[in-house]
Amino acid sequence: MNWLSNNLDLVLELTVQHLRLSILPIVLGFVISIPLGYVAHRYRFSRALVLSVVGILYTVPSLALFVFLPSITGLSLLSEGNVTIALVIYAVAIMARSVAEALDSVDPDIRQAATAMGYSGWRRFWTVEFPLAGPVMLAGLRVVAVSTIALVTVGIIVGVQSLGYLFTNGFQRRIVEEVFSGLVATMAIALLVDLALAAIGRAVMPWIRSEARPGQPRAAAEVTS
Amino acid sequence: MNLVLSALAWIFAPERFVGTSSIPTRLGEHLTYTVVPFAIACAIAIPLGYLIGHTGKGRQFAIALSGAVRALPSFGLILLLVLLIGVLQIRLAVVVALVLLAIPSILAGAYAGLEAIDRRTIDAARAVGMTEWQILTQVEIPLGLSLLVGGMRSGILQIVATATLASYVGLGGLGYDIIQGIALRRYDQTLGGAIVVVVLALALDGLFALLQQLAQRAGAPTGRSRSIPMPPRAVASVAGVGGS
Repeated sequence: MNWLSNNLDLVLELTVQHLRLSILPIVLGFVISIPLGYVAHRYRFSRALVLSVVGILYTVPSLALFVFLPSITGLSLLSEGNVTIALVIYAVAIMARSVAEALDSVDPDIRQAATAMGYSGWRRFWTVEFPLAGPVMLAGLRVVAVSTIALVTVGIIVGVQSLGYLFTNGFQRRIVEEVFSGLVATMAIALLVDLALAAIGRAVMPWIRSEARPGQPRAAAEVTS
Repeated sequence: MNLVLSALAWIFAPERFVGTSSIPTRLGEHLTYTVVPFAIACAIAIPLGYLIGHTGKGRQFAIALSGAVRALPSFGLILLLVLLIGVLQIRLAVVVALVLLAIPSILAGAYAGLEAIDRRTIDAARAVGMTEWQILTQVEIPLGLSLLVGGMRSGILQIVATATLASYVGLGGLGYDIIQGIALRRYDQTLGGAIVVVVLALALDGLFALLQQLAQRAGAPTGRSRSIPMPPRAVASVAGVGGS
């Protein structure tokens, strides 16, 4: 543990930087996915369109996307903005499908009951459908958070600092402990953010427990995510 | 858009098709580092997934495993394994890393495919006197094939993407041009390499999408259709009626 104790400041600094880089894509990805997921949920035609586009985007390897974006955005190859945009794209690629499936999971009878009580479309969406879709969306958001935090590290190849710095620096200097510390720290952040999201979910959605049904739909979702 | 044009010019330049660092060579390297780990990962994950799916035991383990691997930064894993296994055995280290990364999706595809089958179908198979092995090979595997191929699809895409990062440790492959281009500030090379990787990933994705459709047609319904009744054909093949 020599290397770690001598470089604790560096690890902490990179951890903060890593979190800073992760949070914006997670939040933006979620916000952008709500309308996209709704459109995918609402109409058969737009479902096929949205889901196949996000499916293709998800297929693009991360390093390729990082270096491809500058030609569209006009930013410098080494700019942090490219990594952020790439991570937003991956987040949307996972989350849009998740939002669509979450809205699908809302019982149609409840939707009709809300309409019958006089809810307008907009109000029905935000006060009935969206909260009821919450638990499934939360599951998707947790996947997004964990994979975003892991993907941030690839940014070091295009010079964007994060815990990924410990991978390349440790590799070049042949310090196993440094690479290992980077790996453990990244996974620790992912775990903490995941637990935090789960806790927030339980706090704002008290109905989450009755909603949790282990079984086939979840297993199928895991394969596709 | 000029950048894209110069990247395309880089790809189609004559010197890109001869020599040890030509695009076909890099593509061959990349495919080798995709197919070998993929085959090993399948050989490990499919039997294990079928065991979990058939017995219903160890599902928690599989879910925990896939969660942990999702949080694992693949780039760091490669570099760590290269340092641990030895810089002289980079190939072995990279293959091990890629196998580890692909296992969870394939495993999930295998057990989810079996789990998604209507319980009544399996009970019917048992009731007509099929042995456990017959249930597995004649009922569960064909019905679960589509979800298995879906899991294999995410697994191979994971490998293709991560094999790009493996160029960082000096392994060649299509990531080589991306990383060298960054180091030399030759953006046409970087972007050209990226375009070829994307085309490869999309081609593999398309291939597996096709296989998934074939599997679905051969097997029967996809796993999601819990509430939809089984088509007569699937039930018939289980119950042994219909003379097939």
